[in-house]
Amino acid sequence: MKVFCKKFTIIFIVLGVFNISNAAEKVDYLKTDWSFKGLFGKFDRGALQRGYQVYTEVCSSCHSMKYLSYRNLAEKGGPEFTEAQAKVIAASFEVKDGPNADGEMFTRPGKLSDKFVMPYDNVKAAQAANGGAYPPDMSVLVKARGGGVDYIYSLLQGYDDPPEGISLDEGVYYNKYMYGNKIKMASPLSDGIVEYSDGTIATVEQMSKDVTTFLMWTAEPHLEARHKMGFKAIVYLIILTVLVYFSMKKIWSRIETEV
Amino acid sequence: MSDHNYTPQSKVGKWFNDRLPLLTLANHLTDYPTPKNLNYWWTFGGILTFCLITQIVTGLTLAMHYIAHADMAFESVEHIMRDVNYGWLIRYIHANGASMFFLAVYIHIFRSLFYGSYKSPREIIWIIGIIIYLLMMAAAFMGYVLPWGQMSFWGATVITNLFSAIPLVGEGIVTWLWGGYSVDNPTLTRFFTLHYLIPFLILGLVVLHIWALHVPGNNNPVGIDIQKPSKDTVPFHPYIVIKDGFALLMFMIVFAFFVFYTPNILGHADNYIEADPLVTPAHIVPEWYLLPFYAILRSVPDKLLGVIAMLSAILILAALPWLDTSKIRSAVFRPLYRQFYWILVADVLILGYVGAMPAEGLYLLIARVATAYYFLHFLVILPLLGFREKTIPLPLSITDPVLGGSTNFATAKNKEKSVIK
Repeated sequence: MKVFCKKFTIIFIVLGVFNISNAAEKVDYLKTDWSFKGLFGKFDRGALQRGYQVYTEVCSSCHSMKYLSYRNLAEKGGPEFTEAQAKVIAASFEVKDGPNADGEMFTRPGKLSDKFVMPYDNVKAAQAANGGAYPPDMSVLVKARGGGVDYIYSLLQGYDDPPEGISLDEGVYYNKYMYGNKIKMASPLSDGIVEYSDGTIATVEQMSKDVTTFLMWTAEPHLEARHKMGFKAIVYLIILTVLVYFSMKKIWSRIETEV
Repeated sequence: MSDHNYTPQSKVGKWFNDRLPLLTLANHLTDYPTPKNLNYWWTFGGILTFCLITQIVTGLTLAMHYIAHADMAFESVEHIMRDVNYGWLIRYIHANGASMFFLAVYIHIFRSLFYGSYKSPREIIWIIGIIIYLLMMAAAFMGYVLPWGQMSFWGATVITNLFSAIPLVGEGIVTWLWGGYSVDNPTLTRFFTLHYLIPFLILGLVVLHIWALHVPGNNNPVGIDIQKPSKDTVPFHPYIVIKDGFALLMFMIVFAFFVFYTPNILGHADNYIEADPLVTPAHIVPEWYLLPFYAILRSVPDKLLGVIAMLSAILILAALPWLDTSKIRSAVFRPLYRQFYWILVADVLILGYVGAMPAEGLYLLIARVATAYYFLHFLVILPLLGFREKTIPLPLSITDPVLGGSTNFATAKNKEKSVIK
């Protein structure tokens, strides 16, 4: 039993070390305390609501969020706007609908069931407006980047003057954390670019944290439910394991051998 | 099962059993004499059965919501993650379940290697096991393609392109596999079909695997033939059932940790980017469980020879019962083999590591040395070892391990002594 545990642990440590060293290019990302990490991690409601504001006022002019609907904003585990608030938010967007009875397309105010309105009609239009680069959809962006939230958080604050010897083309910017250091997105945030309604001071650092939290939620809308269920499931399994262990000891004590 | 003369108690039971002896089968399975010295490395058979059933059940549920179409697959996966009730749970169990399945199967295979479970009279069990393993790799590879992310698409492109190495007909075969001139919708739909089919083939082979096991019975850590039933054996139920259950629960705790707390750590971030045939990812890497073979593939400079080397690395295992010339099963009594065994374990781990690294410079050199050693182990070391090695004398029975060398037996012996006192 003990030998088994020991060997098992060794294998896991070896696998763990491999896993860590597998994480390609090691970059020291900026660190911050994420409320959603850990066994009981939850989203900071305020940060999600502020993050939504940053997304809408800044990011959404180029980046789509195609897998989210306005109803998600009022769902449990998310920014948890009230349903009335979410309805107002939805109605503030013009949604293309149709065709109507006359075969015409028309626009109407958004409803809770509508998907987030896309900034461009198609990929080509997005590229044409952004110097050939396609601003990626943000729905699962955090999960689609190696460094996850730390990467996005750092990238937003990683704009700098290029070091000597690096020349940048027109419309290309230097970013310490971008893969290859060249990015076609101009620094999106500057102090005070949004005005938070809850009185929080909108520094670049604050906005980066808020919008990254928001993006973590858009990528993992059920994260809170997952953590909650995970804790219960693991506690249940541990208790059951202990009970089964003693049952096993009892059963095996009928014959004189080591389990 | 011919040694079973089981008569059900009830009249109905007897009537049924005379027509279809399911009750005899159930009785055989519960009474099945199992060596009582099996250690926890033997619990992975049961764990693997659990893994297979978990994958089938979660897979069926996912298939009810998944859309196998190049334009909709990625979106349907996001639909499962967001809008399907507990869809995130089912998908994360399925995705991490594949990794847990391979973790368990590697432990299971290396247990066989250590205790010589592949040797006579268990060659057929072993060969069926190798076929199951091959099918598992095929199922896992095709399953990874289904979310239609960047790694899905480019992984499928790289692996299917391997067939183009076949002389003359290679290109034709690749086009045939793709159902077109590139990986596209026809490829996705056929991969989905096969991904749905293979687990049931595996299930059938698992039945054969267990059937073949129940003919000679389990090997055991001492590796000697034992009388069945005898004082060396215990009935499968309740002794082995409860022990397997305990081990399974420990395994499930690890499994649950991955599912609930780090569900994406074993995957690649690029697979959350929708497949784009015009953008190639910086590094195309397979899932971790295929990395050792990927390393072997890349360590050979010639494409065709690389493919042959990779396939041989798996198929060579099927010849293992004949490559290993030693009559002694358990490595406990083979001091030299034991050392080579651990070198092989390290070799495979190293191959897995370099498989994840770019194939250049030092990594490539290490991959080549490790590949060469892998084949050396099976083709040279094992056959020679059987003739050269001076083995430790075997005990006469597992309950009477007077000549046993391992600490396990020493403690068992001490305990027996204390019982006698």
